[in-house]
Amino acid sequence: MENMSAYPQEISGENIPMVKFAKVRKAYGDLVVLDDLDLDVAAGEMVSIIGPSGSGKTTVLRMLMTLERINSGCIYVDGKPLTHMPANGALVPASERHLRKRRIDIGMCFQHFNLFPHMTALENCMEGPVQVLGLSKAEARDRTEELLEMVGMIAKMDQHPSRLSGGQQQRVAIARALAMRPKVMLFDEVTSALDPEVIGEVTNVIRQLVSEHNLTMLMVTHQMGFARDISDRVCFFYDGKIEEQGPPAELFGNPKKERTQQFLSAVKEAV
Amino acid sequence: MFDWNWAFTWEILPRLIHATGNTLIAAGAGYAIALVLGLILALAQRSQYRALTFLVREFVEFIRSTPLLLQIFFVFYVGPQFGIRLSPWASGMIAIGLHYSCYLSEVYRGGIESVPRGQWEAATALNMTMLQTYRRVVIPQAIPSALAGMGNYLVGIFKDTPMLSVIGVAELIHTANAIGSENYRFLEPYTMVGLIFLAISLPAAGLIRVFESYVRRKLGM
Ligand SMILES: Nc1ncnc2c1ncn2[C@@H]1O[C@H](COP(=O)(O)OP(=O)(O)OP(=O)(O)O)[C@@H](O)[C@H]1O
Ligand SMILES: [Mg+2]
Repeated sequence: MENMSAYPQEISGENIPMVKFAKVRKAYGDLVVLDDLDLDVAAGEMVSIIGPSGSGKTTVLRMLMTLERINSGCIYVDGKPLTHMPANGALVPASERHLRKRRIDIGMCFQHFNLFPHMTALENCMEGPVQVLGLSKAEARDRTEELLEMVGMIAKMDQHPSRLSGGQQQRVAIARALAMRPKVMLFDEVTSALDPEVIGEVTNVIRQLVSEHNLTMLMVTHQMGFARDISDRVCFFYDGKIEEQGPPAELFGNPKKERTQQFLSAVKEAV
Repeated sequence: MFDWNWAFTWEILPRLIHATGNTLIAAGAGYAIALVLGLILALAQRSQYRALTFLVREFVEFIRSTPLLLQIFFVFYVGPQFGIRLSPWASGMIAIGLHYSCYLSEVYRGGIESVPRGQWEAATALNMTMLQTYRRVVIPQAIPSALAGMGNYLVGIFKDTPMLSVIGVAELIHTANAIGSENYRFLEPYTMVGLIFLAISLPAAGLIRVFESYVRRKLGM
């Protein structure tokens, strides 16, 4: 097992990053998907992740959502270790209990929405608050209706997902994640499975989140224009590493690395 | 040659109806055991404890590849050697429940595996526990695809209850045998037993299908 003594048990001081990847490595067999990744995301920051297929973008989000375990390194959320926990003065791999305590700060929206098909839109959104947070049905309903209103789905709240369009399902999925009041929201290509004419209704919700809420967000996207518009920072991934990162105007307007230039011009041609 | 005796038929009918009740109780109780035990076996086979998974898988394989009749004999006649002395009824219920739980565990497993991985991941993203994930997300979605198999085994268990006659459970075949040897007439009791099985199995299969589509609709699928 990795010697964890190089990793602090808690990050202190000013400007604690909301999310910190410290030398995070993930491999499937021989295939290294994240190669000692270092990435800090400040509280309230909106970071977009772009890059070619297979470069590890989704993996970054999946590791942070604790859907899978990392091979080495450590992820911190709000200064405290997520993938590890302190035991007898050292960091050891997190127990299921520790994960449950810490991932409460993180919410995620998926490319294919993953709504629960046997529940209505409202029930989907109330499920977490009632079952996991222990809210009363009435409290959960108030909270949920407000969010469904925000994403423009209040009129359809009693429909099952099978009766909703992709754009509508994704908006419900965003409300469902927000109902848990996470500090960090993850979006994995939330518009990729949508018909072009409904992409706007989802991106508008995300725009609204950026302007009106102080959420920390990580967004994997293939929509360069959208990333340019709303991000504080854009990270270009290549082969499990951040090849280049910076403010959107700089990264899109004046990319320094050759691979970034190649990727951006290839994407532009495709549009 | 063919002499059907109506008077005799009416005379034995009450006994056969009583035995039908016993058959239904045996099938129902055996099925209830199988439903619950089957779920436990299915979940055990999916647990993260390798040794448990291995043992349960071997056990299920073993039960499924040996005859039910042998298992009934085993529980009833071999059980006492291990200090487990059970009535014919209890032995029969346990044997048949155990036997069918292994088949049902496979049905459940298939149902659980039909639930897409994204559903598990959404549940994790909502920070649900494993138990909540099964109870609230996975099992409700596994049921529709498992229902057909569950229904088939309900009819199957009903048709297998005659095996309990070998240890003296007074179900339909046992009663028909008794009537036959008391009166030296087998045509009427056996024919009636066949008709009774038919009269229950056929509508049951239809009802199960109706129930299946009702559940699907209810779950919004
Ligand atoms: N469970 C897994 N088993 C084996 N390999 C995997 C697994 N999950 C992902 N990979 C591999 O890891 C690499 C990175 O995958 P990832 O999904 O992070 O890419 P991505 O940047 O999101 O790509 P895309 O733009 O196509 O979504 C890919 O080569 C992929 O095949
Ligand atoms: Mg991806």
